[in-house]
Amino acid sequence: MRLASRERYEEFRLKATERLAGLRCRVMVCTGPGCLANGAREVAQAVEEGLRERGLLDGRQGVEGKCTGCHGLCEAGPLVAIEPAGILYVRVKPRNVADILERTVLGGEVVERLIYKNPATGGRVPHYRDIPFYKNQTRISMRNVGRVDPYDLQDAVAHGAYAGAVRALFEMTPEQVVDEVSRSGLRGRGGAGFHTGRKWAACRKARGDVKYVICNGDEGDPGAFKDRAIMEGDPHSVLEGMIIGAYAVGAREGYIYVRDEYPLAVLSLQAAIEAAREAGLLGQDILGTGMMFDIRISRGGGAFVCGESSALMRSIEGKVGEPRAKYIHGTERGLHDCPTVLNNVETWAHVGAILAHGAEWFAAMGTPKSRGTKAFSLVGKVRNTGLIELPMGTPLRRIIEDIGGGIRGGRRFKAVQTGGPSGGVIPEALLDLPVDYEQLTEHGSMMGSGGMIVMDDRTCMVDVARYFIRFLNEESCGKCVPCREGLLQMLHLLDGLCEGRGRPGDIERIERLARGMAWGSLCDLGRSAPNPVLSTLRHFREEYEAHVRDGACPAGVCRALTEYEIVTETCDGCHLCVKACPTDAIAGKPKQRHVIDQGKCIACGECYNVCPIDAIRHRAKPRGPAERAVGATG
Amino acid sequence: MDPVAVDLAPLRDILARYAAEEPSLIQVLQDVQRQYRYLPRPALQEVSKALGVPLARVCSVATFYKAFSLVPQGEHLVHVCTGTACHIRGAPQILDEMGRRLRPDANGNTPDLRFTIKTVNCVGACAMAPVVIVDGRYHGGVQATKVTKILGIEKGGAGS
Repeated sequence: MRLASRERYEEFRLKATERLAGLRCRVMVCTGPGCLANGAREVAQAVEEGLRERGLLDGRQGVEGKCTGCHGLCEAGPLVAIEPAGILYVRVKPRNVADILERTVLGGEVVERLIYKNPATGGRVPHYRDIPFYKNQTRISMRNVGRVDPYDLQDAVAHGAYAGAVRALFEMTPEQVVDEVSRSGLRGRGGAGFHTGRKWAACRKARGDVKYVICNGDEGDPGAFKDRAIMEGDPHSVLEGMIIGAYAVGAREGYIYVRDEYPLAVLSLQAAIEAAREAGLLGQDILGTGMMFDIRISRGGGAFVCGESSALMRSIEGKVGEPRAKYIHGTERGLHDCPTVLNNVETWAHVGAILAHGAEWFAAMGTPKSRGTKAFSLVGKVRNTGLIELPMGTPLRRIIEDIGGGIRGGRRFKAVQTGGPSGGVIPEALLDLPVDYEQLTEHGSMMGSGGMIVMDDRTCMVDVARYFIRFLNEESCGKCVPCREGLLQMLHLLDGLCEGRGRPGDIERIERLARGMAWGSLCDLGRSAPNPVLSTLRHFREEYEAHVRDGACPAGVCRALTEYEIVTETCDGCHLCVKACPTDAIAGKPKQRHVIDQGKCIACGECYNVCPIDAIRHRAKPRGPAERAVGATG
Repeated sequence: MDPVAVDLAPLRDILARYAAEEPSLIQVLQDVQRQYRYLPRPALQEVSKALGVPLARVCSVATFYKAFSLVPQGEHLVHVCTGTACHIRGAPQILDEMGRRLRPDANGNTPDLRFTIKTVNCVGACAMAPVVIVDGRYHGGVQATKVTKILGIEKGGAGS
């Protein structure tokens, strides 16, 4: 069906909402990455077969089964939601599906044992709206992720898709659209936080007949996956944003650059683009307005630097992804040297909602300088790992304790890492920090693309810094010297600290190097590369000093500096450590005390992590005379 | 040099799907990689000719991006996620264990070419950390001791 006018769109929308309202029960199986890893595919098959067996598959009984994108609470997957009742079933196995269909879908009751159990209170919570993880969220960019079938345009439209685009195209001039986005206060959700409206205005003003809009779906920050969830779970929100952006700046072509590691996102985006073309939402004469705009997908090749806007554009051109100097603005000379607006997936996903509900609605949320909401992936050593969206300015403590449910395994919170390899850590003392662009930057971290990696006392901050430097060293494109050589030397120094070869003065050497890299690198990858080191140094300097001065790793992570032993008085011989040991270094019969063979032990710490009664401890490995000498004289 | 002759017929089908211009280069190489499981030298030469991009530039793209491999890969492709969440939840231990059991070379290939082990920066399944992907199938919450199980090998190691 082609939506050749506003009236046709409204008809289509009415039909879609009526159909949705007529459904008594929708069984929504989450097929996001986390749930898939836990077997959601099999659950979805069981739902389909179960509905068929019961004669419910044709939808005439007011029942339907759907696969959706990520529901967010990946920790408890596979998830199955029952709408419109709002019931959430967790850890669903294919064999539970018959129960759900019989008792919930047909019987209208809740299957007690499949509902979420609040780890804090032990009580079971049947409804989404009452689960602390969901209760505290406000979803805008992810408004339909997990609620719609990404492969069904009608379902998306029933949930409001393209309403913002219709308003923009029929009721507003391009200037008014730019103004609306400016007044909403929306800033780039990819990390840097540049004002979206200002970027659009610059591109609109730039001279040129050919202009482009690009969606940056190269979500390279390790630990962040909100863009993946949006592209997979609600691709139409991205397309809608891009249509509005193209209208505002006068572009006829758009690209979505998707990471190579996200094959499912490519599939759902492709299907959405085809569906939108068929419906007349993309292509020639969009919605009968005469506007022409189409979108192509460009798959990345697995290079972190391609998340940088100018490198990304080179990659779309089929070239090596090397960034350009910053004084060349993409809004004037971007893709193929034409004026280009490049925004992050989440930013584009916000645009449709802003146009549908108005700038004031959006600007009323968040903090004065950071408006609206932000999506985060909450991962690491926190209990409820998953995907969340919150108003800007939400205190870190509420995110980690209320939504995240605190630290897993009852361990102690140490820090949270935000902003990916360009970001930094926020320590316990700053837990009450309201999370927005300014606050994170002020405390040495940054928003980045929304990864929040929670770390407990079993995380070594020097090792974390080394991890990021190693990552960046591999990913540096090699074009400019400060980044390429600086990272390599920095990595050598950090390797030395972690391997017991640290010398007095190393910390100062690292700091000097960091200043040079921040000052002299060509693009933001190099300029921000020292951040993980500087930020861990700022908040955990004593840990660095322990590595240098004592050759000790306080967290017991750096293997060369650590050895493990079993506390014989405490050990009850449960044998778990023996099973966990990859090198068979632990001897002992069940129910008897165990002992570690230091000759075989590789200090991986697996035994320490599994011991239920803390009968294993780590201590600094005694230094040999040669190492002591190095440490003393430098 | 390639020791084995490469059948270039599938390559022609790939090339036919794209415009013969430089912007198609990465997309073409992606498909070639998927088809042959690596980028054979004759294929690169053919791509260079077909798209009118100098071979040197084709090679610079082929070596810049992580998705491409210039050597044949093993029967099973194993990706160990080394994203931050996976790192702090034990990805290094998993890699170590695979190294000990399978002895991969610098390209990640095991001596019997049964497996190619690669690291990946983040697959966006952080909630399941640490994650290992074997032939496209995700395994979450992996521990070093589970490595043999998910790879379907004996505890003694592959080929031993």
